[in-house]
Amino acid sequence: MSLLKSTSNELPTKQIDGELVRRTLRVMILARTLESKLSSLYKGGKIVGGVYLGTGQEAFSASLGCTLDQEKDIFAPLIRDQAGRTGFGEEIIDATRTYLGSAKGPMKGRDGNIHRGRPDQRMPAMISHLGAAVSLVAGMLVARRMQGKLDGVVGATCVGDGATSTGSFHEGLNMAAVEKLPLVVLVADNQFAYSTPRERQFACDSLVKRAAGYGVAGHEVDGTNLEACLATIQSAVRAAREGGGPQLVVGSLLRLCGHGEHDDGSYVPSDLKESELGSDCLEIGISQVVARGLASEEEIKQWQMESAEEVQNAVAISQKEVGPDPYQEDWQAVSERGMS
Amino acid sequence: MSFTYIDAIQQAQLDLLRERKEVFLYGQDIGNFGGAFKATKGFIEEFPDRVLDAPISEDAMAGMAIGAAISGMRPIVEMQFADFSSIAFNQIVNQAGTHFYRTGIPVPITMRMPCGGTPGSGPFHSQMVETLYAHYPGIVVVTPATVADAYHLLKASVLLDDPVVFCEHKFLYRWLKSKSLDYDGLPLGAARITRPGKHATVVTYSAMVHEAVRAANRLAEEGWEIEVVDLRSVKPLDMDTVIASVARTGRLLALGEAFPWGGVTAEVVSRVVAEGFHLLDAPPMRLNAKDTPIPYHPDLWAVHRPTPESIVQKLRELLNL
Repeated sequence: MSLLKSTSNELPTKQIDGELVRRTLRVMILARTLESKLSSLYKGGKIVGGVYLGTGQEAFSASLGCTLDQEKDIFAPLIRDQAGRTGFGEEIIDATRTYLGSAKGPMKGRDGNIHRGRPDQRMPAMISHLGAAVSLVAGMLVARRMQGKLDGVVGATCVGDGATSTGSFHEGLNMAAVEKLPLVVLVADNQFAYSTPRERQFACDSLVKRAAGYGVAGHEVDGTNLEACLATIQSAVRAAREGGGPQLVVGSLLRLCGHGEHDDGSYVPSDLKESELGSDCLEIGISQVVARGLASEEEIKQWQMESAEEVQNAVAISQKEVGPDPYQEDWQAVSERGMS
Repeated sequence: MSFTYIDAIQQAQLDLLRERKEVFLYGQDIGNFGGAFKATKGFIEEFPDRVLDAPISEDAMAGMAIGAAISGMRPIVEMQFADFSSIAFNQIVNQAGTHFYRTGIPVPITMRMPCGGTPGSGPFHSQMVETLYAHYPGIVVVTPATVADAYHLLKASVLLDDPVVFCEHKFLYRWLKSKSLDYDGLPLGAARITRPGKHATVVTYSAMVHEAVRAANRLAEEGWEIEVVDLRSVKPLDMDTVIASVARTGRLLALGEAFPWGGVTAEVVSRVVAEGFHLLDAPPMRLNAKDTPIPYHPDLWAVHRPTPESIVQKLRELLNL
């Protein structure tokens, strides 16, 4: 299979549907607004456990979430995919309820923060073990193939550069390639796995080269560039949908936050922050949308205000809701009674 | 017509494939080759789309099965040897085992684990894994000892909505035979009194049931009546049957083929002591394999695990207390 390379300066960006660009930017704004609020809540001691943000990765993640078909595709987000989740249709209140421990959240207080999902709506709830969702999504696709429901369906999942070092990632992508499944795997090469720089993580110059080894199509993109991300991810999703087998998409970017909000990220060198990799994809996205005349600055300000209002509402509702009652909790780990 | 233990496993899978279109098989060498133990021989011809050869990727095999299970399928994964499930451990305990509690959506996978020793198999093709998986919440662990149970418990496992680790003992595969697959109708989760007695109870499971019966037969020549309880599944653990047996005999030996630290025998003893201390006429005892890797040489292997001789010796100690 060929290595499909696309870089931002070669892109036919004009061909990307303006409505999709607008929607993706709105999703990025909403995700950034929510995550800023979550950070404040954490720092104010209102969130128990960790807070993990996707600052700087919104363009890459949202481009996937907004490209996938919410009615039939599968999306298994990972730690830095608030934007992708929102793009795929997850309600903001799912995030705030889970972070704030509301019993009404999708995880009912049984799991927290980013470890949430709605598997019955084709969005699996991640476990912390990196790479484990690759084979999981592959299995969801295999099931559809056996049920005669695979036509036109794409499964997608996201990882970071660190996860590519796991056996689970390797096993999963290799297996999906053997099965020729319509799977799209995004690798956000955000330069650090927690605090470990990429040169202590892998020795190849670009992770996209691994695609050839797996026998899958590889794509690489400037992960800070919204239009480039949309163009590349759209082409990868389309190729998967049309029978091209698994697609590996590597986005180069920099995590503009710590691993979690407990981490100030002081190990990130300042020259890296000041390099192009350290650009803020949200600022770039806004300038692209304005430059193409897809929205005015006033309209974008309006989106920001609406996002702030939506987030505020979700937080207010979630904070008023009670948490799970440990004395009423159904302490059952299997669904069939008498089996534990 | 007679069935071996592996015939029963083969027949259960074939019947499941024929009866339920959501059942499929995934494992290494299970297609044209028919599996390392021939448990899927000929299946791929009848079910070319539901018998899939897997790469040597136990983690991905389990992960794929979990994904399929939450999408309406009932996969049976053949781990070629239970020992290799260590590679799939994360997917089984963290992905499958937590899924129902976290999301409310059950994961009907069955992990077939060819376990236990056979002469010459060595440290990496002989292990017992039931303790590992039973320790984690959210997983049912089944340990059949008879041909009929191998058939009926495998069918029940696949039809259960929860993850099942199905520990099938390789030593029984070809040695254990039965004229039919008829059985007493005991459901998954119920233990069986394999051999009634009144002087002591041996609680055991899997291949050790047969070693316990051999030991009981030898002691019967001296007038001792030993009751043998076959747990059939170690999770759930049928304590009602165990406690009722100990109430009759007053003496307990918990017997297993796994390593001695912790495990099923320790769990049985601790529960009997906690729930039925007043029923005991003597301190309960445990007998397990030795605390070393499982040796290759048949002479070493044969005494690494409990034998009828070591079980008889332990029971004599118990009866004389």
